[in-house]
Amino acid sequence: MILIISMALIGLAALLTVIRLLRGPSAFDRLVASDVLSVITAAFMAVYSVSTGSIFFIDVAIVDVIIGFIGVVMIARFLQGVLK
Amino acid sequence: MTIVGDVLILLGSIFLVLGGLGLIRMPDVYNRLQTGTKASTLGAMSILLGSAFLAPGIAAKSVLLIIFIALANPISSSTIGRSAHKGGVPLAPGSVRDDLKKNEEASS
Repeated sequence: MILIISMALIGLAALLTVIRLLRGPSAFDRLVASDVLSVITAAFMAVYSVSTGSIFFIDVAIVDVIIGFIGVVMIARFLQGVLK
Repeated sequence: MTIVGDVLILLGSIFLVLGGLGLIRMPDVYNRLQTGTKASTLGAMSILLGSAFLAPGIAAKSVLLIIFIALANPISSSTIGRSAHKGGVPLAPGSVRDDLKKNEEASS
């Protein structure tokens, strides 16, 4: 029961983040939102892995966090010279 | 054990919701960066620790993920903030001081 409530709350957080991702005035707002969204997705995968008892989703969460970190740093360094 | 895991997971998801709410409500990029990344880092670490308590089979990978998030998330948020400041994104109208601009003027 706690896990279902927690998954609903994490879904609400992801919804708020997606609203900022769609509305954000500059490209950096979208970048911040996608950074937060990758961490939220990893947390949801951990809760889902506990809830269903399958151990595979935690591996997916590890790969998701690593790819999100590398992508966010790369896009931030890329945008540094473009918007000037 | 179960009660500790449940409380940690519930606390972490409340922190994630507060981080998303701050991402909506804050006025400029730097405030959104602060509230979003800090709250989501604490929330995700608490959720992963709670899932390590609830399911001991995934505890090693959860602790690995906690260490990686604690190392990587401040790096990405500081890179975003620095690159937004260099890219010329303005501060919110109520901001009072800008130390990075002073440093850049002193060094150039």
